[in-house]
Amino acid sequence: MNYRVLYFASLRDRAGRDQEQVNSSAADAQSLYAELQQRYGFALPQSRLRVAINGDFASWTRALIEGDEIVFLPPVSGG
Amino acid sequence: MSHFFLSETAIDSGALARLLADDTAGASLTFEGWVRDHNAGRAVQQLDYQAYAPLALAEGERVLVEALERFALTKAHCMHRTGSLAIGDLAVWVGVSAAHRGAAFDACRYIIDEVKRRVPIWKNEHYVEGESGWLHPDNTPVTEP
Repeated sequence: MNYRVLYFASLRDRAGRDQEQVNSSAADAQSLYAELQQRYGFALPQSRLRVAINGDFASWTRALIEGDEIVFLPPVSGG
Repeated sequence: MSHFFLSETAIDSGALARLLADDTAGASLTFEGWVRDHNAGRAVQQLDYQAYAPLALAEGERVLVEALERFALTKAHCMHRTGSLAIGDLAVWVGVSAAHRGAAFDACRYIIDEVKRRVPIWKNEHYVEGESGWLHPDNTPVTEP
């Protein structure tokens, strides 16, 4: 399936892009992160991240559907 | 009207403070977070903030609505900068008004703490010696070799 993935902070630096279309057989965000972590060598383990799907916080194991927008959220540091 | 805003340009704290005015309010409190020239013993030259805007706006709004429900407030607003900031720039502004000062102090603290903890905004510090680094909430660096 095709997903749109957005990257922020250290993940953006590491991936070298702020977003991309990803064609993947990953059925949930957990599997998708594992695949992209392998591809880009992200140092942050999934346990340090939260995930957003289509603009809101979501479960790592929620079934993804074609066209979903997925954002892996590093620990935040606003303020 | 929204309670939480992002801004790519300088925050006009005077304009925001006028949003707090209300005849029933006897107290107004504002908090300003500024860019300082050092962190964890290193000299800082500038900061960049990135935000995942749709979710930052939604989660920021949830924080402000929670504060309005939890404390006896009249008004509450918050604005956070994105983009590049220099030393001394206003990075985040929180303002509340209330009938009495107790609720205003408590709510102001609640809002800035929750915004820092929950809203998807990331700070990248550029150090004087030329390096830069993304920070965790406790201001320790993210290890991303």
